[in-house]
Amino acid sequence: MTIAPVEKTVLGPLEEIPFGEGRTYAVGDEMIAVFRLRDGSLRAVSAVCPHKGGPLADGQIDNKVVVCPLHLYAWDLATGCSQSGQPPIDVYPVRVDGDQIILGD
Amino acid sequence: MTQRSSTQRLIVIGNGMAGARTVEEILARNGDFQITMFGDEPYGNYNRIMLSNLLAGVEDEAGIFLNDLSWYADNNITLHAGVRISKIDRSKKFVIAEDGTKTPYDKLIIATGSSSWTPPIKNIHNPKRGFHQGVFAFRTLDDTRGMIRYARDHERAVVIGGGLLGLEAARGLQNHLSHVTLLHAMGHLMERQLDERAGKMLQASVEGKLGIEVVTNAMTTEILGKDRVTGVKLADGREIPCDVVVIAAGIRPNTQMVADSGLAVERGIVVDDQMRVQGQDDIYSVGECAQHRGNLYGLVAPLWDQAKVLADHITGRDVEAAYTGSKLSTKLKVAGIDVASMGLIEPETDDEVIIYNEPKKGVYKQLIIRDGVLAGAILVGDNRKAANLIQAFDRAQALPEERAEMLFDIGGPAGEVAPADMPDDAQVCNCNGVSKGAICGVVNAGCKTVSGVMDKTRAGKGCGTCKPLVQRIVEWAAGGEAEEDPAASWYVPGVPMPKPELMAAIRKYELKSVSAVFEKLVPGGEHDAKSKMGLASLLKMMWADQYEDERDARFINDRVHGNIQKDGTFSVVPQMKGGVTTPAELKRIAEVAEKYKVPMVKLTGGQRIDLLGIPKEQLPAMWADLDMPSGYAYAKSFRTVKTCVGSDFCRFGVGDSTALGIAIEERFQGLEGPGKMKLAVTGCPRNCAEAYVKDLGVVAIDGGKWEIYVGGAAGAHIRKGDLLATVGSAEEVIQLTGRFLQYYRENANWLERTYAFVPRVGIERIREIVVEDSDGIALELDAAVEEAVQSYKDPWKERAVPATPGQFRTSLPLTVLPQVPVRA
Repeated sequence: MTIAPVEKTVLGPLEEIPFGEGRTYAVGDEMIAVFRLRDGSLRAVSAVCPHKGGPLADGQIDNKVVVCPLHLYAWDLATGCSQSGQPPIDVYPVRVDGDQIILGD
Repeated sequence: MTQRSSTQRLIVIGNGMAGARTVEEILARNGDFQITMFGDEPYGNYNRIMLSNLLAGVEDEAGIFLNDLSWYADNNITLHAGVRISKIDRSKKFVIAEDGTKTPYDKLIIATGSSSWTPPIKNIHNPKRGFHQGVFAFRTLDDTRGMIRYARDHERAVVIGGGLLGLEAARGLQNHLSHVTLLHAMGHLMERQLDERAGKMLQASVEGKLGIEVVTNAMTTEILGKDRVTGVKLADGREIPCDVVVIAAGIRPNTQMVADSGLAVERGIVVDDQMRVQGQDDIYSVGECAQHRGNLYGLVAPLWDQAKVLADHITGRDVEAAYTGSKLSTKLKVAGIDVASMGLIEPETDDEVIIYNEPKKGVYKQLIIRDGVLAGAILVGDNRKAANLIQAFDRAQALPEERAEMLFDIGGPAGEVAPADMPDDAQVCNCNGVSKGAICGVVNAGCKTVSGVMDKTRAGKGCGTCKPLVQRIVEWAAGGEAEEDPAASWYVPGVPMPKPELMAAIRKYELKSVSAVFEKLVPGGEHDAKSKMGLASLLKMMWADQYEDERDARFINDRVHGNIQKDGTFSVVPQMKGGVTTPAELKRIAEVAEKYKVPMVKLTGGQRIDLLGIPKEQLPAMWADLDMPSGYAYAKSFRTVKTCVGSDFCRFGVGDSTALGIAIEERFQGLEGPGKMKLAVTGCPRNCAEAYVKDLGVVAIDGGKWEIYVGGAAGAHIRKGDLLATVGSAEEVIQLTGRFLQYYRENANWLERTYAFVPRVGIERIREIVVEDSDGIALELDAAVEEAVQSYKDPWKERAVPATPGQFRTSLPLTVLPQVPVRA
């Protein structure tokens, strides 16, 4: 598990992400996918699948994993660990403050 | 009054394999019980199957115990070994032991097992001491010890019973005596598992290789000898000299005490799918003594399944866990000879039967195939294919066209390479680039199910053609310890139910959304990303416009109505029914392609124009400019109907394939299913539209008739479709097309294309249902498909108002994303 260091950043309004889906944000040089789980909590991971560069924010999620839409490789949203023999992805601290999504601690 | 703890008192009557296994399963689920066990025998529990090995001298007593006495102590289980229960008092909820003690319970499990059955034989019993001296049953550790002790000083044994146990006893006794005769009342050995030819083959091997004398049709009527056994007498008057007799003529469930206590007993103790004794809330029964749906089971595999269900239920892990019965198969060495048997022994008239017989080598193989699935198999003398056959039998898998492949390793393409001969870096999955070494690594790390390995490596998850090889490698790497994946029969991996049960539960609880299914049918309500798309498709099929759509249950293709490509862009495919277009449409497509600088314009195999490389955010604007309906080049749904020129222009065309293709596409557009559905209509048997290799293909033949083929494929798998029917009008083609597609939608497994579905169900059966209406459901199928086609809406119309915020926002840096300002 790699928790990537990131500066505190306001990504934007929470309502941009529907329940159960993800959206991509560009933060500095990083592409970060933020997911809003059905229980309302957020997860943030690298946006690009390390297998063949698939857009993880387009993947399907449950409360634990995101599945890349290209070849269906799966990653744990909390740890970034691969469930399908690939390298881990970065995870980022993310939370909600009021109606805003805040990346970083 | 003392305060009662919340911990419930659980009593288990029976300390054999079923009782102890159930307790192990309960402990594994952290069941909160104060457990007391009563065992008839004065020991901890042992593996009864190993008594044969004990008799044969290949195992010592210490090796057959499953849990020794310290296990009971370590788990706070009170064991009363050698204490027999004489009665259950249901109203006061306690059990009474033969020594008069009473023990109260909150929950009770009866696992009293079976006893050896003794046929009615004169002089078999001595009124004073049970069996006649020198006569033994073969059921318990004490029986076995007694037999070994007695056999040492004697020379000739007779074993009564030519089933599995009798054969094992005969083989074991050879280690202690010089001469063994096996008597069997039936015409051939193991008649419950083997047909006559296999039974005779086994007999020849037992006699020739082992030197055991076998007498069939041998009904024993009398034990000879007054003080000690001198022989046995048969019904035909023959006398066989011997000084030891072993009875192995079968078993009977131990139910007398239970019946005397007023519980439901027929052949065994009657239980429901939760292993609850009929009519009782707190009393369960498991193992050989339990009668489930009319069946008694005497093998361990069903017993393990029952123990799991009972443990799930009683601990509250899954109170609705259900045991639905087991398909019986056995694979073993009988007296040193390989034998495997499953399902039917004798075929019926319409069954397909494949027999291989090589008497000189003692090899016999028989397969019975009914409706395209394996209904029974017998192997004697060569068990190498047994594992594959048992799997095909258990799961009702589609069978290879070349039936001989099921019996022999026939030399052929890469699919038949032996795993041991492959180098570690050999690529097994050519789609996802997975090597043999990678698969073995996952197996060695502890994942021993085929689907688990496929999930972890992605091997077999591309075109799927390497799946059989992946399976062989997993089995090889696991050293014969490959595990059954319980999820193999489930419709989707995250909901523990096969399709029929899943559909029944969805109807029963009126579950109309994917999250409702997870919350009601999955223990703990756990959602599963990999199951969402399959469930969404199923629910949409079942509920049509009553389906409650949840956007996150959709795959990205279904969220933005385009097919995602390798760089995260999408393809746009306007509908072009039957492959027919107009100059105006062509012009519009060309203008849109130019305006949006479409990187590639491509004619597809399904006769449409594919605009490839479209960024997600451009999709709505392109749809608006095109102003054509979606061609459904995404989703597991009805795709397209390929046609040839047909009768308008073709010199050979005998039917108007173009008009019929357009009509079919118009009617069934957008229809969802378990897999994609590609169709074709061709105007003559020259087959320019390739109709023979489509999910459903229609071929015009001379005389104004149409042939309908189903189950064809020309992708990763190639298969010529089976002829479903020949009809006389286009209307009948459309009606049967709808009926077949609906039957497929309702009955196929998730992602099971028709090329697998049709052979699995069998074309004859499909024809009976779809054409002849043998089951009386044709009208229902017609109505269901009509309801589905009526709910069709062109998804490209939602472009003006996105369904969710950011529905079409890019997910990759194809364009420069608006940068979020980073605080200093």
